[in-house]
Amino acid sequence: MLLGRVRGTAVCTAKIAGTEGLKLLVVQPLNRRLEPAGPLQVAADVVDAGPGDLCVLVRSREAALAMPEVKFVPVDLALVGVVDELTVRPDGEFDYILKRGWNSFS
Amino acid sequence: MILGKVVGTVVATVSHPAFKGRRLLAVRPLAVEGDALDEDFLALDTTQAGIGDTVLVNREGSGARQVLNNPDAPVISVIVGIVDSAYLEI
Repeated sequence: MLLGRVRGTAVCTAKIAGTEGLKLLVVQPLNRRLEPAGPLQVAADVVDAGPGDLCVLVRSREAALAMPEVKFVPVDLALVGVVDELTVRPDGEFDYILKRGWNSFS
Repeated sequence: MILGKVVGTVVATVSHPAFKGRRLLAVRPLAVEGDALDEDFLALDTTQAGIGDTVLVNREGSGARQVLNNPDAPVISVIVGIVDSAYLEI
């Protein structure tokens, strides 16, 4: 699951059965510092997000499970939340390295 | 499952029902010395973990749905444990 920013909408008049009525949004995947991570993608929206919103995205088969009715649809990116508040600590604050021997975290 | 460090929190009031009542956290995977660090991802918490905690994360949808006891949860990553220590032999 990842963060993204809604950049716009996509409209398809011809869609495969089961995906009629789905709202498609063009999103930019982001990392924790809200920098772009990879190219623009299209997500099926289930929470009524709009352009400019910071959002929570789900990839893979689980994206299709977010759909309101039919779950067996060819959807691989879903917008499942609108972010109100994001708190991220600076990079230098934590040690991400596993050392040989005991690593104690508590 | 992977080991990761909780680096942030996400508040999403408008969200899919499967996310209600649980915290969404930003997690960065741990790495051994010399390896490149992976980018962070979001995971749903089931353990009351907080920023700075080292956690065990299941990054697969079927396991996540089992943990959440919801066969239709659109969730991939779930925090399933808070790690006290880890021993790396070689």
